[in-house]
Amino acid sequence: MVHTSLDVVDEKISAMGKALVDQRELYLGLLYPTEDYKVYGYVTNSKVKFVMVVDSSNTALRDNEIRSMFRKLHNSYTDVMCNPFYNPGDRIHSRAFDSMVTSMMIQVC
Amino acid sequence: MEGLTLSDAEQKYYSDLFSYCDIESTKKVAANGRVLELFRAAQLPNDVVLQIMELCGATRLGYFGRSQFYIALKLVAVAQSGFPLRVESINTVKDLPLPRFVASKNEQESRHAASYSSDSENQGSYSGVIPPPPGRGQVKKGSVSHDTVQPRTSADQQEPASPVVSPQQSPPTSPHTWRKHSRHPSGGNSERPLAGPGPFWSPFGEAQSGSSAGDAVWSGHSPPPPQETWVSFADTPPTSTLLTMHPASVQDQTTVRTVASATAANEIRRQSSSYDDPWKITDEQRQYYVNQFKTIQPDLNGFIPGSAAKEFFTKSKLPILELSHIWELSDFDKDGALTLDEFCAAFHLVVARKNGYDLPEKLPESLMPKLIDLEDSADVGDQPGEVGYSGSPAEAPPSKSPSMPSLNQTWPELNQSSEQWETFSERSSSSQTLTQFDSNIAPADPDTAIVHPVPIRMTPSKIHMQEMELKRTGSDHTNPTSPLLVKTSDLSEESKINSSVKFASGNTVADGYSSSDSFTSDPEQIGNNVTHQRSHSGTSPDNTAPPPPPPRPQPSHSRSSSLDMNRTFAVTTGQQQAGVVAHPPAVPPRPQPSQAPGPVVHRPVDADGLITHTSTSPQQIPEQPNFADFSQFEVFAASNVNEEQDDEAEKHPEVLPVEKASDPASSLRVAKTDSKIEEKTAASVPANVSKGTTPLAPPPKPVRRRLKSEDELRPEVDEHTQKTGVLAAVLASQPSIPRSVGKDKKAIQASIRRNKETNTVLARLNSELQQQLKDVLEERISLEVQLEQLRPFSHL
Repeated sequence: MVHTSLDVVDEKISAMGKALVDQRELYLGLLYPTEDYKVYGYVTNSKVKFVMVVDSSNTALRDNEIRSMFRKLHNSYTDVMCNPFYNPGDRIHSRAFDSMVTSMMIQVC
Repeated sequence: MEGLTLSDAEQKYYSDLFSYCDIESTKKVAANGRVLELFRAAQLPNDVVLQIMELCGATRLGYFGRSQFYIALKLVAVAQSGFPLRVESINTVKDLPLPRFVASKNEQESRHAASYSSDSENQGSYSGVIPPPPGRGQVKKGSVSHDTVQPRTSADQQEPASPVVSPQQSPPTSPHTWRKHSRHPSGGNSERPLAGPGPFWSPFGEAQSGSSAGDAVWSGHSPPPPQETWVSFADTPPTSTLLTMHPASVQDQTTVRTVASATAANEIRRQSSSYDDPWKITDEQRQYYVNQFKTIQPDLNGFIPGSAAKEFFTKSKLPILELSHIWELSDFDKDGALTLDEFCAAFHLVVARKNGYDLPEKLPESLMPKLIDLEDSADVGDQPGEVGYSGSPAEAPPSKSPSMPSLNQTWPELNQSSEQWETFSERSSSSQTLTQFDSNIAPADPDTAIVHPVPIRMTPSKIHMQEMELKRTGSDHTNPTSPLLVKTSDLSEESKINSSVKFASGNTVADGYSSSDSFTSDPEQIGNNVTHQRSHSGTSPDNTAPPPPPPRPQPSHSRSSSLDMNRTFAVTTGQQQAGVVAHPPAVPPRPQPSQAPGPVVHRPVDADGLITHTSTSPQQIPEQPNFADFSQFEVFAASNVNEEQDDEAEKHPEVLPVEKASDPASSLRVAKTDSKIEEKTAASVPANVSKGTTPLAPPPKPVRRRLKSEDELRPEVDEHTQKTGVLAAVLASQPSIPRSVGKDKKAIQASIRRNKETNTVLARLNSELQQQLKDVLEERISLEVQLEQLRPFSHL
């Protein structure tokens, strides 16, 4: 999983050259032979990357759903960033953020 | 001693009490004195107390270890409940209420009665309730036992507080000296006689009795916490309601004092029926908060930036995590800055937290900033509503959406938009802010074809707006002067304008030119064309400026290259625009002197040609109205399509102001046909000359030349129909004159008119070009701002 994520990141870096704002970076297809999961990538304007790993056992989520999830994630993330007490890079403790993420995940599952 | 099983509430409560008694911070032994005081506060007969002590083994040991203490407490509870004191009863008695300790104060005693019953009831509900305010050190220690213990400790504090108030009343220091009350759990407590718990109970008890269980505790707690925090933060003593509560420094003394004052305040509060709203901010508190806000931000309607707020609240020595959560709760609009209301809410939460109140999951309604003025973007937060504390964590703190009242829902959006309007540069660069900024720019431009658009832009655009308006007004002024021309041109222009959106850009340019020209030279000469053009131009530049520019009417701004502001902005390359822009200028600016005679001569001739051309040109070449002789331009365009139009166009604007009316007219005609051009120029020149306008002579000549270039430029760009119409009208009028009569007088007159027309056209072009320039500058500024906003993220 970790390696997968790294690969995803690398791929994104390569994609950075052309479109910096790639909100639709749906990196589908990273399916391991054994582990059937998909990894979705999403990069923000500030080069912050969101990686979402989805288990393919769940009927593959539609592209739109993934995008909306990323958008919500992005919004929540910006809200977290607005907090002056939050140091970029720290683990996010925001309860609002966590609740949003949880609700999103519950939605999917 | 048999094993003691304590419930969670009991555990918390006991540990708190133990901490309270643990004056020596040994964490193992409870000071006998304290313990005795505590037991005495339990209002148990002395013999019972002795019995308890014996049972718990303290007598044996000579001291109260933790276990002994706990057992003793349990026995106290047993005794208070009326059960016989037995060793077995410790564990056998089920659902034993927590031991109650009463303060010795009279007033408190009176409350005790009420508080006991309610306290016992509420004690059970402590788990979910925020402990009463003064989570003095003990509470804050982070133990979950805050709830149950706090009332005790606070009560303890209260009682001792009152007697201790005076000595302990250290003037509230500035927030700089904030210290967490909790930091001095044992030390602080040591200051307070153990007799405390009771008194504090009573206030809470009463308060609690007055309200529902959950809220009751809260309400009871609410007054204290604010007060206490009040004290800790406030530099100025709270108002009378707080009585002895003086905003003390963070020191423990403050807490003690606050306790005392809290007691009094509680009493008052009770009477004030504020119990239902544990999070309500009292007036004194609010005033204090406002004062603190002023120290950071003198403007009450302004914002406190995140960094400043962070600094300020860090002084409270709360853990960053908690501060972060408080920020989440209080920053209602998620903009990274605190308005006055947000700041008060945050302050209130910090105060509450320091007093031991747990932070809510969601911002209490009483702390929610209200939308006062949607207009006033800065003043987002209004006085917090007063609602009971919502213990239900439910959602995340102020989420813009659903949990908030409808007002609040709209507020964030409006606030953001308005904020962007006013505080665009100030706002922290949140993504929302950025996006909204763009969207705001777009709507700002009321680009209506006919109405004089007053682009509502951010500051950079104001200048442009002013200029635009000036131009428009100038055009207005100029209109009356040339009614004839204006009228005809107006009609034609209007029709053309309506027909093709493209006119806008061209018109704008023309207007710009004409207006500018009018200002400089003949304000009156600017005809309706100018106005029309301006209206369009005004809109067009604005249209292009905003990121999502409304579909500019003139996608293909042919003739008025200069006028096609939209193009200038919409098209990144701008080459087209340059061409477009060049067009208008091309026509107006004329190498005056040389062409002067030419145009004059041309005019009569041109008139003929123009007439024919105009009939066709308007449709074909919606070029700048400045050029009546669009047909001529077309011809030129065909021939000189891509000849450095830009350069010429640019040059033209310069010349425009000079040559203007006569030139365009004459130049137009000349431009139409290569052959004709020269002839026309010659004709126009003589015409001009014939008119007896020496000044005209020069203009025609340059106009002539320009016309050629302009024509080239214009035909390629969608020309303003208006201009064509104008020109056509002008031409129409002109040709008739020279043809019908001997060229001497009429030709002169015609040439004069043409010159005037060209002047106006040139003026418009000039103004339009200027507008375009401003728009570009504005865009540049906005982009730079955006870039700066994005810069901080580049580190990530």
